[in-house]
Amino acid sequence: MLMKYLFAKNEDIPPGTATLFFSFSSIVWFIIGTGLGSFNAAKLAFPDWVTGMEYFAFGKMRQVHVMAVIFGWISMAFAAAMMYITPALGNTKLWSEKLALWSCMNWNIGLALALISLWMGMTSGREYSDFIYPFDLIILFGVILPVALNVWMTIAHRRTQGIYTTNWFFAGSIFMLMIVLLVGNLPEYFHLTGLTEAYLTWWNAHNILGLWITPVAAAIAYYTIPKITGNPLYSHRIGHLHFWSIVIFYSTPAAHHLMSAPLPEWLKSFASVEGVLILVPAIAFVSNILLTLQGKWNMFVENIEVRFTVTGVLLAIPLNMQGGFQQTRSINWYIHGTGWIVAHAHLALLGFSTFIEVAAVYYGLQMIMKRKLYSLALANFHFWMLLIGFSIYWISMTIAGLIQGAGKIYEVPYIDIVIAEHPYMIARWFGGTLVFLGNCVWLYNMYMTAREGTVVPQGRMVHELAYER
Amino acid sequence: MAFREYKIGAVMFGVALSLSMFITLVMPSFNIISVGSTAVALDKQLTYGYNSGFTFSDPFLTGGAAPHRVVLRKDPASGADMEPVTAYVFSAGMPFPSGILHPAVLGEGTDDLSVEQGRINEASVEQGAVFLVQHGSYNGAEYPYIENATATRGWLPDAVLTAAGDANTSYAGAGKVIFVREGCWWCHTLLPEQTQDFQYFGAPPYLGDFNGESPTAFGSDRKAPDLLRVGARNSSKEWMMMHFFNPRLVQPHSIMPRFDYLWGETDANGNKIDYTAWRKEYLEYRRGERITPPEVPVPAPGSEARYLIDFVLNLK
Repeated sequence: MLMKYLFAKNEDIPPGTATLFFSFSSIVWFIIGTGLGSFNAAKLAFPDWVTGMEYFAFGKMRQVHVMAVIFGWISMAFAAAMMYITPALGNTKLWSEKLALWSCMNWNIGLALALISLWMGMTSGREYSDFIYPFDLIILFGVILPVALNVWMTIAHRRTQGIYTTNWFFAGSIFMLMIVLLVGNLPEYFHLTGLTEAYLTWWNAHNILGLWITPVAAAIAYYTIPKITGNPLYSHRIGHLHFWSIVIFYSTPAAHHLMSAPLPEWLKSFASVEGVLILVPAIAFVSNILLTLQGKWNMFVENIEVRFTVTGVLLAIPLNMQGGFQQTRSINWYIHGTGWIVAHAHLALLGFSTFIEVAAVYYGLQMIMKRKLYSLALANFHFWMLLIGFSIYWISMTIAGLIQGAGKIYEVPYIDIVIAEHPYMIARWFGGTLVFLGNCVWLYNMYMTAREGTVVPQGRMVHELAYER
Repeated sequence: MAFREYKIGAVMFGVALSLSMFITLVMPSFNIISVGSTAVALDKQLTYGYNSGFTFSDPFLTGGAAPHRVVLRKDPASGADMEPVTAYVFSAGMPFPSGILHPAVLGEGTDDLSVEQGRINEASVEQGAVFLVQHGSYNGAEYPYIENATATRGWLPDAVLTAAGDANTSYAGAGKVIFVREGCWWCHTLLPEQTQDFQYFGAPPYLGDFNGESPTAFGSDRKAPDLLRVGARNSSKEWMMMHFFNPRLVQPHSIMPRFDYLWGETDANGNKIDYTAWRKEYLEYRRGERITPPEVPVPAPGSEARYLIDFVLNLK
């Protein structure tokens, strides 16, 4: 079907086709990414399981998990949401469905090649920009740029007067992502070395999270909650505050990832203060969404998309309380480099942003296929597998991190920390595996929705129909 | 209708983002540019070479484009005995590190001394070059600098490697490539915490210790001891050998993967390594059916295990 549309005339491609492909691709990448994560976690819990084989060594697979999840699952689900929500909010069609399909295909092929090369050991050796720079350039100009063009041109050709909050974020974030990928990889393009390389590595990592993943996930919630509950957004003013404080505050604290490196002290202090100010967009976002739900909290129980989204928004509260304060010097001293940070990263990506995106993919696929979800029971199962799996992961890694921090401060021989952490490593593997299994069920559910979901009658919204299974 | 109504917003967006990038990129760059190299930085970049991650001269990260570090006891040009000297040998075609390509990254003083006295700008990749780290004074202050011994003393790369011999050759540069490729840095950081026990982990790095190094591979997700100065607290080649082959031989509770595959096909004596038999005997040992674990083969000189051991022992 993809091949048929890739060479069709733009007008002949049904609207939403790109989102369809992006959504299913993202689910498959989510399964691959969490499967790799589960495998890696098993290796940390049981080091002699699958041993002595070059391509199944932990150090070769760890970054493949991270990059598959960030660029396969999270970013592709973002693209799916952008290709659907941007035209819907502009009361128009996507600028070029064909370009979007091409970028989807390029994305899948480019990412698969990049991940295979990474798995083979071809790496830049820079965390979160591990891909070798030819692939960075392919992703930037072959994938991100076409998606960005589609977003910008769709907004420019909109048939509404104003631009809704979600679309500010989409247009702004994808622009900032391109700048970040361009600047963050300068050390690889121009062989910048030493502290410049170290700092730009974390400048890139911080800003991919802060200017791409966090705001786009929030933007999706700004669409799905008002759309499905039928309540208007509580406050556009607070939305403004959120947007501008993301641009101003979230783009500056990169150096707080390197508090123990010999970087300029003014930069570390500045980054630390700006890092606390991340609470401004965080509180604006969470309060705006939760207040939008006034009078509709029953949907938190009854509607699977609202439940996923609101769970994601609620997880943003501990996420930002951690994020705001763990980078101040005194707390950073204790938890830096420990499992606490791993837990925090999963709270951001597997908690906050994944739950919001899962809702978007559930909702978008039903809307485009015009079919009601095949099974609410399976969706509920998916929700609880994700939430319980994530919670086990997060709690066990947070405890492990606190143990590690104590061991670090009180100068315990390292092997004693490894021994003390072992039960939590097993728990982390178990939690991660639940997430992986839940996602397999999700793919089955969406496949069955495409085949056997009840057809939504013309003029009705999917969330108006009752669940049947 | 485009973004007409949003003109002010778009301009403000540009201003805000530019301001943030000015503060976080341009302003720190003035500080970082002004950092002068320490002798450690010169040693590191001459040991590791151009880059330890992906480059087109070593796309599969085999370590083949990394220089060798040797200890010389005889002058390779004249053959006369001399005090031991550490030399960094870039054979023909090996790319030079940043400091040689762009002496400005070495910092004031070091830059001037390396060009004027060390004649590093005369080095050519086509012919290869041999470098030394020296100390000198410039405008009344002491600086370390790089000497191009091929220009100043007529030492040729091949002659230096021959004069040193394999026993005096360190493959630490290739070892760092393996360190990056195998992802050692996902668990072992190269940057101790500012407040961590210095007596155990060694002093934290100095500001100028990184000039010219790429990637720095500090690491962030520590699941194992910091390695910045591991060679200073454990200098045993045998321990490292056993630890890489199977970490649980020396530390029963370790969760480190086995890196036995870095040994390749044959050991130092040219005998084929029988991994299946080794693992079988090891399992017998684990079950208590053997008193001692099987012998760990000594890695061959050109094996990746040898590279990695040289790199780790060199971290001081």
